[in-house]
Amino acid sequence: MISADIQTVLPEILLSLYAMGALMAAVYTIKDGAAALLTWVTAGVFVLLAVWIGINGDGTTTAFGGMFVEDAFARFAKIIILLSAAIVLLMSEGYMARRNLLRFEYPLLVALAVVGMMVMVSAGDLMALYMGLELQSLSLYVVASLRRDSAKSTEAGLKYFVLGALSSGLLLYGASLTYGFAGTTLFSGIIDALQDDVSLGLLFGLVFLLAGFAFKVSAAPFHMWTPDVYEGSPTPVTAFFATAPKVAAMALFARVVHDAFGGIVGEWQQIVAFLAVVSMFLGAIAAIGQRDIKRLMAYSSIAHMGFALMGLAAGTALGVQAMLIYMAIYVTMNIGTFALILSMEKDGRPVTDIQALQSYSKRDPLMALVMLVMMFSLAGVPPMLGFFGKFYVLRAAYDAGLGWLAVAGVIASVIGAFYYLRIVYYVYFGADQDGTDSRPTPVLWTAAVITGLIVALAWLPGVNLFGIEPVAAAAAETLVN
Amino acid sequence: MIGLEHYLTVAAALFVIGIFGLFLNRKNVIILLMSIELMLLAVNINFVAFSSFLGDLVGQVFTLFVLTVAAAEAAIGLAILVCFFRNRGSIDVEDVNVMKG
Repeated sequence: MISADIQTVLPEILLSLYAMGALMAAVYTIKDGAAALLTWVTAGVFVLLAVWIGINGDGTTTAFGGMFVEDAFARFAKIIILLSAAIVLLMSEGYMARRNLLRFEYPLLVALAVVGMMVMVSAGDLMALYMGLELQSLSLYVVASLRRDSAKSTEAGLKYFVLGALSSGLLLYGASLTYGFAGTTLFSGIIDALQDDVSLGLLFGLVFLLAGFAFKVSAAPFHMWTPDVYEGSPTPVTAFFATAPKVAAMALFARVVHDAFGGIVGEWQQIVAFLAVVSMFLGAIAAIGQRDIKRLMAYSSIAHMGFALMGLAAGTALGVQAMLIYMAIYVTMNIGTFALILSMEKDGRPVTDIQALQSYSKRDPLMALVMLVMMFSLAGVPPMLGFFGKFYVLRAAYDAGLGWLAVAGVIASVIGAFYYLRIVYYVYFGADQDGTDSRPTPVLWTAAVITGLIVALAWLPGVNLFGIEPVAAAAAETLVN
Repeated sequence: MIGLEHYLTVAAALFVIGIFGLFLNRKNVIILLMSIELMLLAVNINFVAFSSFLGDLVGQVFTLFVLTVAAAEAAIGLAILVCFFRNRGSIDVEDVNVMKG
């Protein structure tokens, strides 16, 4: 019994043992001297675990009396989380080493955050959900203020901490009401309790839970922390924030609304649709005035979360499938874009001002081309990968009878295209001025070129979005039934 | 006779005080940490009250988890606050303003 349970959670256990063991080993030996090595080893461990989960995983197993669920949906999310975290770690290494930021705690905190995310996407119980979420959040608060001697970085950490703790409080209050009125914290028990009649207390619980999740996925109107945290954190940390935690929070969102509240789709559909509309428009409009590319990417991620929530708002298996595909595409685009942002520097100092990109194409034509591909894809211009993500969520929303939401999505995406295309304009037709140099390390160069190829060539007939569609469909089927 | 609803009312009042403490406080970051703690403790009252009302121990187990996490959260919050103070020489909420927003 217990050995079968442990077998199910073995990837999480191994990763936490690795993180704790490596932390002790590094503290008692060469400390920061081991940082570069640990970064590569941690990334290797992530990739191994992703391969293991992908090959070994089969069917649906639950552990610890239903508290932990291992199914196709969890595996899909875990593989994206592990692979994106591995790539971001490798991209960080050169940048941080050059700026004296590379501490051995960084890869290990990321590893612990990833353990939290893996628990989140596998949660089958409010307690497992809360513990996973907090493990992830507490590690992220620390990495946000990794640059201890910088006022901006510590301020970002402080703001993230205060608002993150507020969101955890809201979520917990929702969990307590749900527990009280459903009589259990198990998702399978909550969905049974909703069979007969829906009490007001449970609805309040649902609303508080959704508010907490909206904070974590940075959906408007709970997005206030995002621009400041993105701007203040060191850029590799921002790249990490923009990828794996978003996937984990979105997967957790989907799991709770379908596994625990799947019986009352009508009640949460309107809330999620509202979050989606507000996020898409706020992300599209507020980004126009931004001068800092990291702040711009923050608003861009708010808008993208709006689109992913649109898939979720459909409340169908097709909607969850669209959301999963959207998140996979979003992560790919963000890795490519941040590989470019990480290689922007001038006289050895990192620059994040958009103006510094003026006439970038004359200084580095290849990277400028990748930038063009990424911006077109983020804007959703066909035939780039980003277009297919938007296409899937719009179709899911339309099929579920949310035609108005799909129309709003198209309008928001047209507004949003303005600021992406403005960057392309600067890069290709900007004034001839002394802007950023392009100094990509080999890892950044490889990441940018490979993601650029993936994003630009996914439409080719034989490629077929790299076969992600049937996998995402199978994952969505196990969640929605 | 004090029933479940009394406990829930107290918890809700404490929770709202905590939220207001976060938003209305213009003075000191330490007060923010205290408000967060207040919110989590209000949730704990909820859990224990429900647990006793339902005759189900899960709520009290959850409370212990929340208490543990709250301690870890306070430790990390104070650590970040110390770093912030070293950089800025102040912990006034109004000084948390290098970045707009």
